[in-house]
Amino acid sequence: MRIYVCVKQVPDTSGKVAVNANGTLDRASMATITNPDDLAAVEAALKLKDETGAQVTVVSMGPPPAEGMLRECIAMGADDAVLISGREFGGSDTFATSQIIAGGLSNLGVGPEDIIFCGRQAIDGDTAQVGPQIAEKLNIPQVTYAAEIHKNGNTLTVKRLLEDGYMTVEVSTPCLITCVKELNQPRYMTVKGILECYKKPFTVLDYEALKDEPLIDPTTIGLKGSPTNIFRSFTPPQKGAGKMLQGSNEEMVKELAESLAKKHVI
Amino acid sequence: MILSKEHELMRKNFRNFAETEFTTEIQEQLDREGGFNWDIWKKIAKYGFAGTKIPVEYGGQGGDYLAYALMNEEFARVCPVLAIYANTPNSLGGGPLLQCGNKEQLEKYLTPAAKGEKHIVFALTEPGAGSDPGSMITRATADGDYYVLNGRKCFISGAPIADYAIVYARTNPELKGAKGISMFIVDMHLDGVSCGKPEPKMGINGYPTSDIVFENVRVHKSDLLGPLDKGYAVAMKTLDGGRLGVAAQSLGIAQGALEEAIAYAKERKQFGKPISYNQGVSFMLADMATEIEAARNLIYSAAQAKDMDAKDASTQCSMAKYYASEMANRVCAKAIQIHGGYGFIKDYKVERLYRDARVMTLYEGTSQVQQIVISRSLLK
Ligand SMILES: Cc1cc2nc3c(=O)[nH]c(=O)nc-3n(C[C@H](O)[C@H](O)[C@H](O)COP(=O)(O)OP(=O)(O)OC[C@H]3O[C@@H](n4cnc5c(N)ncnc54)[C@H](O)[C@@H]3O)c2cc1C
Ligand SMILES: Cc1cc2nc3c(=O)[nH]c(=O)nc-3n(C[C@H](O)[C@H](O)[C@H](O)COP(=O)(O)OP(=O)(O)OC[C@H]3O[C@@H](n4cnc5c(N)ncnc54)[C@H](O)[C@@H]3O)c2cc1C
Repeated sequence: MRIYVCVKQVPDTSGKVAVNANGTLDRASMATITNPDDLAAVEAALKLKDETGAQVTVVSMGPPPAEGMLRECIAMGADDAVLISGREFGGSDTFATSQIIAGGLSNLGVGPEDIIFCGRQAIDGDTAQVGPQIAEKLNIPQVTYAAEIHKNGNTLTVKRLLEDGYMTVEVSTPCLITCVKELNQPRYMTVKGILECYKKPFTVLDYEALKDEPLIDPTTIGLKGSPTNIFRSFTPPQKGAGKMLQGSNEEMVKELAESLAKKHVI
Repeated sequence: MILSKEHELMRKNFRNFAETEFTTEIQEQLDREGGFNWDIWKKIAKYGFAGTKIPVEYGGQGGDYLAYALMNEEFARVCPVLAIYANTPNSLGGGPLLQCGNKEQLEKYLTPAAKGEKHIVFALTEPGAGSDPGSMITRATADGDYYVLNGRKCFISGAPIADYAIVYARTNPELKGAKGISMFIVDMHLDGVSCGKPEPKMGINGYPTSDIVFENVRVHKSDLLGPLDKGYAVAMKTLDGGRLGVAAQSLGIAQGALEEAIAYAKERKQFGKPISYNQGVSFMLADMATEIEAARNLIYSAAQAKDMDAKDASTQCSMAKYYASEMANRVCAKAIQIHGGYGFIKDYKVERLYRDARVMTLYEGTSQVQQIVISRSLLK
C-alpha cells in the first residue's frame, strides 16, 4: 500500500504579510511554512504507516525551494518525496493545479490499495478545491473534512466534520481524503530523521517527464489552461477608528444590531 | 558560523518543540513546586532528544556535538531546567559509558538511557571534594565478585529520580589524588543506596538535586566501568562535553533574556516614548546581543573541535563554558535592569532566567576551574 500526501508550501500568514506595489502578494519576501492542514494530512499518513507499514510519498507542485518543505516531511517519517516543478505549470488555477497533480500521481501509479491525502484547504489560495478536483480527475471516491480515520481491510471509516455535527462515511480504496487541522497533532521531526532526510529518494517531475500523461496537455495546465484568471488583487481597506454609541441602553442596542446586520456580521 | 542545512533544520525543530511543549504553566509550576515533570520527560524521550548525541546502534539519534549544543541552546532559550532534562543522558550520564563501556554495559545501560526509559546520573562531587575531586574519600573495596562501596556524594543532579548512577570511588588508597579512582555503574535500587532530601535551590527548580549515600553497597564487578584505578581521566573527558552543554544552556538563557528585554523596551513608555528610544537602554541591548553572538561562535566552534577530536577541544570547551556562563549572568542582569521594578517580580520571565543563570558559572567546574584549565594549557 502506498499513501500519497499532497503538501503545499504557503506564505506564513501569521507573520507580516508583504504586498507588492501592484497589489499582489510579495511571496519572495515572506517566510514560508507547510500548509497547516497538509501537516495534519502528513500525520494521518504516518499514523497509517505506523499501523500498516505503508509507504508514504509526499508530493508537491511548486518552485524548487519547496524541496526544503518536502525534506521536512521526510524527517517526520515519510519515505520519499516528489516535486512537480516546471515553468509550464506556473499561473495555474485550481482546475489546472489539480490537473497537473493528478497527472503526476497517475504517472507515479495509483494502485487499488492506495490512498491520497490532501489538506482541507491552503491558507493562501483558500479555495478548498484542489483535493476534490484531483479525485474527480483520477476517477476515485473522495471524503472531505476528515476528523477521524480508521482503516479496516480495504475500507476506511472516516468521520466527516460538518458545520453542525459530523457524518461517518465508509469508503474503499483507492480514494482521496482531505484532512482538517483538528484531525491530529502532527509529530515533530527527529534528529535521526533530519540526518537522513537529505539522503532519501527525491524525484523531480518536470513537464518533459509528464507530457505523455493523458491528463497533461498544454491546454489544461498553467496560465493558458486555467479557466479562471486573477483579474485584480488588492488589500482590503483598513477598518476605521472605533465608534462610540450614545443614548439609552435600548437605543444603543438597536443601533448596534442594525449596524452589525448591515455589515452582514449577524 | 554558517550551519549546514541539517543543523538549521535541527534548530528549527528544537525551537518548535520547546516553544510548543515547554508551556509557561509547566515552567512556573516547576519553579514553584520543584519535583520533576514526567509528562514532559516522556515527550522528550518519545522524540529521541534524550539520545541526540548517542550513536544509533545504542538507541540514540546519531547527532554530533553541534546538534547537542543546538538542542541545549534552543531548549534553554525557552526553559533552562527542561534543557537539563534532555542534556543529562547525552552528556554526564551517557558520556562515561560511551567512552569505556563494554558491549554488555552499553546495551544494558546506554540504550535505555538514550531512549529515555531509564535515568543515569553522574556522581563525582563530595562534601569535601568539589573543585578538587581528587580528594574524594568514597571507598570501593574488592570482595570476591563484588566491590563494596561506602561514602557520600553531594549535589547530584537527578539523583532522586535516577535508576542508575555513574559513581567514582577510590579503589586504591595507596595512590593519591587523581590516581586510584575507579568508576562504577550503581543501580540506585541496591541495598544500602539512599538519597538525601532534594536541595532547595535558587534556580533550575524542577530537576531535583540531592546527596547519594552508600552504606556497604555491593556492586558486582561486571559493573566496574573502564579500567581499574583509572576512572578520573574519564570523568575529566566527560566533563569537556558536559561543559559544552552548560555553555549552550547559558547561551540559550541569554538569548531568551535578550528577547524579553527587546520586547519590553519597545513596549514600555516613559517620558512619552518607548524606553528603547534612549541610548542608555538601546546600547545595553547592543552589548547584550554582541556578547551573545561572540559566545555562540565560540560554542559552535568548540563543538566542531569536539566532533573532530581536535587537540585543543578540551581547552575550547572550557573557554566556551567560562565565557558563556559569565556572559549569561551579565546579560540577565541587564535584562532585569531594562525591565525596571517589574523585572524583580516573578510575573516576568527575566526574574527566573536570572536565577537559573546563576548556577552556570558553578556546576561542571566553576569559572575559576575553567581558568585553571585554560591557563594550564597556555603555560604547559
Ligand atoms: C504564480 C501563481 C499564479 C496563479 N494564478 C492564478 C490564476 O491565474 N487564477 C486562479 O484562479 N488562481 C491562480 N493562482 C492560485 C492557484 O489557483 C492556487 O494557489 C492553487 O490552485 C491551489 O489552490 P488553493 O491554494 O486554494 O488550494 P486548496 O484547494 O485550498 O488546497 C487544498 C489542498 O490541495 C493540496 N494542494 C493545493 N495546491 C497544491 C500544490 N501546489 N501542491 C501539492 N498539493 C497542493 C493540498 O493538500 C491542499 O491542502 C495562482 C497561484 C500562483 C502561485
Ligand atoms: C545545582 C547543582 C547541580 C550539581 N550537579 C552535579 C552532578 O550532577 N554531579 C556532580 O558530581 N556534581 C554536581 N554538582 C557539584 C558541582 O560540580 C560543584 O558544586 C562544583 O564543582 C564546585 O564545587 P564546590 O561546590 O565544592 O565548591 P569549592 O570547590 O569548595 O569552591 C568554592 C570556591 O572556591 C573556588 N576555588 C576552589 N579551588 C580553587 C582554586 N584552585 N583556585 C581558585 N579558586 C578555587 C571555586 O571556584 C569557588 O568559587 C552540582 C552542583 C550544583 C549547585
